[in-house]
Amino acid sequence: MNRFTLIGVGNQYRRDDGAGWEIAERIKAKALPDVEVIMASGEGAALMESMQGKKHVILFDAVCSGAQPGSIFKFDARAERIPGNFFNYSTHAFSVAEAVELARTLDSLPEKLLVFGIEGEDFGSGPGLSESVKQAVWQVVEEAAGLIQEQRFHNDKAEPNCA
Amino acid sequence: MSAIKSNKTSGTKTIKVDYLARVEGEGSLFVKVKGGAVKDVKLKIFEPPRFFEAFLRGRDFREAPDITARICGICPIAYLLGSSQAMEDACGVQVAGPLRDLRRLIYCGEWIESHALHIYMLHAPDFLGYQDAIRMAQDHPEYVKRGLRLKKIGNAIMEVIGGREIHPVNLKIGGFYKAPTKKELNTLVEELKWGVDAALETVKWVATFPFPDFEQDYEFVALRHPDEYAITEGRLISNKGIDAPIKEYDHHLIEEQVAHSTSLHTKVRDRGACFLGPLARYSLNFDKLSPLAQETAKEVGLGQVCANPFKSIIVRAVELLYVYEESLRLIQNYETPDRPALEITPRPGKGYGATEAPRGICYHRYTIDEKGTIMDAKIVSPTAVNQPTIENDLRNYIPSNLDLPDDQLQWQCEQAVRNYDPCISCSTHFLKLNIEREA
Repeated sequence: MNRFTLIGVGNQYRRDDGAGWEIAERIKAKALPDVEVIMASGEGAALMESMQGKKHVILFDAVCSGAQPGSIFKFDARAERIPGNFFNYSTHAFSVAEAVELARTLDSLPEKLLVFGIEGEDFGSGPGLSESVKQAVWQVVEEAAGLIQEQRFHNDKAEPNCA
Repeated sequence: MSAIKSNKTSGTKTIKVDYLARVEGEGSLFVKVKGGAVKDVKLKIFEPPRFFEAFLRGRDFREAPDITARICGICPIAYLLGSSQAMEDACGVQVAGPLRDLRRLIYCGEWIESHALHIYMLHAPDFLGYQDAIRMAQDHPEYVKRGLRLKKIGNAIMEVIGGREIHPVNLKIGGFYKAPTKKELNTLVEELKWGVDAALETVKWVATFPFPDFEQDYEFVALRHPDEYAITEGRLISNKGIDAPIKEYDHHLIEEQVAHSTSLHTKVRDRGACFLGPLARYSLNFDKLSPLAQETAKEVGLGQVCANPFKSIIVRAVELLYVYEESLRLIQNYETPDRPALEITPRPGKGYGATEAPRGICYHRYTIDEKGTIMDAKIVSPTAVNQPTIENDLRNYIPSNLDLPDDQLQWQCEQAVRNYDPCISCSTHFLKLNIEREA
């Protein structure tokens, strides 16, 4: 089993909702060893299955929390709950936050779960990210790839931060 | 966000819920109550139409399945298959034998995914008094785990045949890009066998829920097939007289625009709203269910016709049991086809396709030219058709429940909407709930 599982969540055809996929694709292009990359729509049950039994999971998704577009949020999901108002921008009835919390309730979270959220600006129809989100994508790619390469993901501090 | 507002001077009361949870998509519901009577009910849908029908024009007919599948991540097979069959119809081709069986099998996978999700994660919490499946899982982890495992098997069918669980990539006009081997399908058998037992338990479990006494005189519309419980094809029938080939769909079911929704409403010609989905299918095709599904339905007290939408959860569970059995049967009889797809040569004309999506009939009609270029497209999702029926249910359900406290009334209104497992993403779009009460 790969040590790291990266899950990009979103919809490329809803502008900034494609941020999670973009990040996952860019890290995939780096062909890092011991890394599995999964593209997910964000449907909760499938997401739980993708995480189940995995060691270190890093999940990327766009968020719509009212913060400055391009803001980056980071949660150590084993140490803290995902705020209910995050990751709500989905047409799925059972989505990212619910999947993580349900996995917690059923004691089936991966050993480590880090969740990156990027505040989106435009969730309209069509491909392409906003400029602010493109910048944030680049930052998250570098940070996540760095975490993996240095294999220090598991030591990462639990505090959420807003860049 | 939810809010309950009373105005003592005018005697009005408004209950406002900005986001209706546990539905696929987002929209809102507005209910106005005055003097003990419901004055207005509007299911409002905000998300702008996706213009799928418009941007299909000018595209090659072979592109329709993959383009339309993007309408919905929950029921892509309804679009992949409906559009494929419509194009095959236009080109005078019929897919039969193992390829047809494979299509039915992957559709069973979609029903399993969708029904297991709705029964366990979206609808059961309503009946057991939980805000959501996460809170339900705290007290009943065994049920939630069973639901997730049931759903997972649907995903597995989608993956083995379709290439991936969401937006499968292996389906095309004429069949498949690659047909799975019998050995590949056999990997599903053990879990499917478990699933039959688990689905049986599901029927018995949901039948113990408390149900409001609420039966309506619906016009049920569903597909009917002479040899099987219709899923991939059939004649258009209703309990009030429709019995027609699918090419006459537009004659019987008329679409109209309403100001409060970006999704078109559908009415039966010269009559009114109709009801698509599990209750309609079950009530019109009970005799086509497997003996075990029929027997189990009877055992839990379900008649051959069910006109109580709150009991749709039991009917969905009976259908879940049926598609588990049907999947096993299809795998058992499967022989890898000689070729994965039929060759289709375009010819000018019109084609029709309709399948039973988990939420009801999903209709496609296309006109193509001699090169196979799409000249015209029409796609009708079941949730769009069910919108007026959902509104009617609320109009008829609320008056006898006005003595309920506001929070309970609001809860039951949301539950009444969830009876239909509305897929607002499909019907165009996004759900929120407002109830305005005037004493």
